[in-house]
Amino acid sequence: MQPALAMNNITKSFPGVQALQDVDFTVHAGEIHALLGANGAGKSTLMKILSGAYTPDAGTIALDGQEITIHSPLDALRHGIVCIYQEVDTALVGNLSVAENIYMDHMSRKGSGWLRWGRLKRDAEAVLQQLGAQIPVTLQVDELSISQKQLVLIARAIVQQTRVVIFDEPTAPLSSEEAARLFAVMRQLRDDGVACIFISHRLPEVFDICDRITVMRDGEVVSVQATSDTSISDTIKDMLGRAFEEEFPKLRVPIGKELLRVENLHSGQKVREVSFTLREGEILGIAGLVGAGKTELSRVMFGVDRAEQGSIRMHGRGHRFTEPFQAIREGIVLVPEERRKQGILVDESVRDNLTAPSMKKFTRAGFLQPQLETEHADRIVSQLGVKTPHVQQKVGHLSGGNQQKVVVGKWLPTQAEVYLFDEPTKGIDIGAKSDMFKLIGELAEQGKGIIYFSSELSEILGIADRILVMCDGRIVKQLTREEATQDAIMYYASGGTEEL
Amino acid sequence: MNKNRLLDLTFKYGAIVVIVGVFLFFSITEEHFLSYGNITDILRSIAIVTFIAIGVTISQIVDGFDLSVGSTASLATVVAAALMVWYEQPLYIVLIVPVLLGACIGMLNSLLIVRIRIPDLLATLAMMYIIAGVQKTFTQGYSIYSQMLMPDGEKAPGTFRDSFLWIGQGEIAGVPVPVLLLIVTVAVVHILLHYTRWGRQMYMTGGNREAARLSGIKVNRIRLVAYVLSGALAGFAGVLYAARVGSGQIDAGAPLLMESVAAVFVGYSVFGAGKPNVIGTFFGAVLIGILLNGLTMMNLPYYSHDIVKGTILVLALSITFIHLSRRKA
Repeated sequence: MQPALAMNNITKSFPGVQALQDVDFTVHAGEIHALLGANGAGKSTLMKILSGAYTPDAGTIALDGQEITIHSPLDALRHGIVCIYQEVDTALVGNLSVAENIYMDHMSRKGSGWLRWGRLKRDAEAVLQQLGAQIPVTLQVDELSISQKQLVLIARAIVQQTRVVIFDEPTAPLSSEEAARLFAVMRQLRDDGVACIFISHRLPEVFDICDRITVMRDGEVVSVQATSDTSISDTIKDMLGRAFEEEFPKLRVPIGKELLRVENLHSGQKVREVSFTLREGEILGIAGLVGAGKTELSRVMFGVDRAEQGSIRMHGRGHRFTEPFQAIREGIVLVPEERRKQGILVDESVRDNLTAPSMKKFTRAGFLQPQLETEHADRIVSQLGVKTPHVQQKVGHLSGGNQQKVVVGKWLPTQAEVYLFDEPTKGIDIGAKSDMFKLIGELAEQGKGIIYFSSELSEILGIADRILVMCDGRIVKQLTREEATQDAIMYYASGGTEEL
Repeated sequence: MNKNRLLDLTFKYGAIVVIVGVFLFFSITEEHFLSYGNITDILRSIAIVTFIAIGVTISQIVDGFDLSVGSTASLATVVAAALMVWYEQPLYIVLIVPVLLGACIGMLNSLLIVRIRIPDLLATLAMMYIIAGVQKTFTQGYSIYSQMLMPDGEKAPGTFRDSFLWIGQGEIAGVPVPVLLLIVTVAVVHILLHYTRWGRQMYMTGGNREAARLSGIKVNRIRLVAYVLSGALAGFAGVLYAARVGSGQIDAGAPLLMESVAAVFVGYSVFGAGKPNVIGTFFGAVLIGILLNGLTMMNLPYYSHDIVKGTILVLALSITFIHLSRRKA
């Protein structure tokens, strides 16, 4: 059978990274095909090539055996390839009606320039009815829920006689009823002969709805199988491949008394009923896929975002911080995920960054004492091994790893007791990574409590004494260092609920 | 490569070269330009606008914008005048109340911007009109002068005190009092901004509010302080205006907004600072003062002054933004 979509030998590299290597990917008309892979496996890159956001270095794309070229998102649309992105709002015009959004592409390219409102509404209603969606077509798109907006996008795909629809993590923001409704629509599209590509981190739903599964890892396809021929645990093995590429020695530190207790913390959709404790000298790993709510949890704990419910107990009192300085006063500090945007002040010097949270210590009668600051900064720089010509250097000019050391270093004089690290190794090289692990180990040795948020499972397994797995804003599983494996974490992080 | 160097040099020394160039040009072409009297005249004429511009500099440092400073100065002018002429208040009340009023307006601005999160330009644009309206309503559209005729036919009881006028018109050892006040204020603000914790926190807040907040800096309080200072300085500029002209002119501060913003942006490129700074702002105001003074000597009519000021602002903005976008690239 001729596949509806055939991508052959697709290769793509970015400076320093081989993102895709000879990838073959085929989808038949009338099937729902899952594309799976851990973070950085290359599935987003592949889909961006298909939807015209990137151009491949090599390889061909064919629709129904006919080779096509896609140089822009418009090319992809013309060939009937539509992507339903997770951020539905970027594809819709919020202050126009549902009907106008559904026929947006028609309005922008053909016709006399006059709108025929009556026909537009009737046609839009017919399409939505076909999808079983009850959405008034005259409503403004802004007033719809996310799941309704997805349906509008799907309706828009239908009126364009779409051949291939990419669903990029569509269920992440949906409730289970909404997801079920979406699946019904997807099945209907499949039965109408559309080739559907489904990307999701939630394996149970993948196995529920998909006909075939392609698994990618490190920019290559590792397996293509019919769903009925494989299992969740085999799929997880394919996604992870060989375990531990990097080994980091873990310092064994005696674990002391309780430092912090999080009770029933709740904030928006991404932090739900989170409770746990942290002890002196303990490194607690919080594992989860991208979007599981790890960053949100760290922000709520540090007072960057507000908690709606729950509290953070420290020093025998419950707190709900609304500003970071309150968390710092209680001894909680954060090394945030977006280093350049949130961690450092890129235009300021190494010295000024290092003293920013503790300026009072370097102030006499209101005046800053530059030489006290410089002495302090010199000390921290040599203690952490920050590579910089001098402490007056702008932090923006340092490498990622050295910037990260500055972010940690600025907290050292504050006598913080709890350190939150959110994806601290993102974008730093292997040497700096091992320095970072050593530093975290030393902090634990001094009796600090460490919470390490990461989607890099090998890092969590390497460093943590205890691991909490997050999925959809909840802590779904607690694992000790001894019982944790990559497979187990991946299983719970992707929505698995049974005991392994 | 050559082009880049040229642009760098332009950014670093452009403003200073222009100031010196303009100064030399007028010194040569106008025989009365280069005299002690005229130089002090220029400095006296920029004193008021520079006080406002220092406020604008401070709000710019925290990455904010305060469009209401011109109207705040207007309000302060008529309030100072009214306190003397209508209510016969002692000197210290006449000096303090308008400044406090400016500080309150700054507080209100920061409430709108920091708490309610209205974009700064829009919030202060609305405030600019409200305050201008309050000022006109307060005086019922009249300017206030000594023993003015009141609407009920009586004469106003008070007059402008000499001690008050001395602040705007007096001299100490041949230097006008407003110029002395200005130089002292520029020096004090410069020291505050560059040698104290508050100043460092202001620059950090403006540089990256998110990162500053995540470093434990109380960014909301810093922004509040900046807007309050901006309002208070505009209030003092209004007092100075009343003392200089000896009456409470309505809408006195309105034209000062654009001039002060222009001074601040010229200041960005003085010595290549690349960020708002008071010394640069002072030189920016000097440039505008010299140009207007010299052009007036060349018989440029006063009603075309806005063209000159606007052009300076556009040029300063061009240099600043070309520099910023180049640095990003």
